[in-house]
Amino acid sequence: MNLRRLFFRTQSAPAARERLQVLLAHERLSADGADLVTKLRDEILQVIAKHVQLDSDKVSVRMERGAQVSTLAVDIEIPFDAGKKAA
Amino acid sequence: MGKVIVVTSGKGGVGKTTSSAALGAALAQNGDKVVVVDFDVGLRNLDLIMGAERRVVYDLVNVIQGEAKLTQALIRDKRVETLYLLPASQTRDKDNLTTEGVEKVIGALRTHFDWVICDSPAGIERGATLAMRHADIAIVVTNPEVSSVRDSDRIIGLLDSKTVKAENGERMEKHLLLTRYDPARAERGDMLKVDDVLEILSIPLLGIIPESMDVLRASNIGSPVTLADERSAPALAYFDAVRRLKGESLPVTIPGEKRGFFGKIFGRKAA
Repeated sequence: MNLRRLFFRTQSAPAARERLQVLLAHERLSADGADLVTKLRDEILQVIAKHVQLDSDKVSVRMERGAQVSTLAVDIEIPFDAGKKAA
Repeated sequence: MGKVIVVTSGKGGVGKTTSSAALGAALAQNGDKVVVVDFDVGLRNLDLIMGAERRVVYDLVNVIQGEAKLTQALIRDKRVETLYLLPASQTRDKDNLTTEGVEKVIGALRTHFDWVICDSPAGIERGATLAMRHADIAIVVTNPEVSSVRDSDRIIGLLDSKTVKAENGERMEKHLLLTRYDPARAERGDMLKVDDVLEILSIPLLGIIPESMDVLRASNIGSPVTLADERSAPALAYFDAVRRLKGESLPVTIPGEKRGFFGKIFGRKAA
């Protein structure tokens, strides 16, 4: 083992604990497996699909689950005449 | 066209997910475009080992059921930009993995990536047989321990009968990855010797990964061991395994044999 690595290592267990707490908090809250962020994602996409013909290639979804705050980013390209097609 | 690798073992807990993440990352660290696919539907863990568990949007089952595009489900690694993860579903039943669906997904991944690494679930059920079905190369992860060797033998039998390659009468390329190898115990004669395992399973050796705290540390922080500490003993062993996988003929060193006093203190230079 390298000396530098031996002496300057930070503990990894606290990171493991924190990651598990966040992950399990999200997983336990969802009886059917879909956490709040997933439900919001699905419902937001459904609402938009009601008004716009969605091209799934033009939809990008990013999620980041945190301890206090999660983020959900739905990025959809809506063509000018999309409303007409759906109507 | 990329190569499809299945990382399999039969037995659980031998290091399939650790090895899938480490080999995938090591290949990507060399600049290859790699996707690691989790086939363990219902008990996914590759996302956790790779540190992407908070960013899962869609999964393999979503893609197979047509609920999401493949590009929407792929998660790009934050550290190595040519490394991607396709997570398994945590909630759906593994019956949602259809043979046709898996074939389509693997076919599509093959055209976009240099390497498609399929992390098989333990056991010999549907998830395991589907993970190996389209493989060009199999990496059989084995611990130097009787039950692991027996299960590996069983898996080798399946690789030679239940895969597309086998059904077409072609030979499946198989490699043995010996993991959790403890040199001290081997020296005391309390562990199966490398040669014993090789003789019993008779497939070529891809590498020997030493039992190491570095593997646990890497999993704690959510990083493949080759990224967590590139100079640690298991990382060096995985880097060497990748070189052999790519065709280099590199002699396999047995951990603990080559390093003298200074080697132990200062570590070895990366290959």
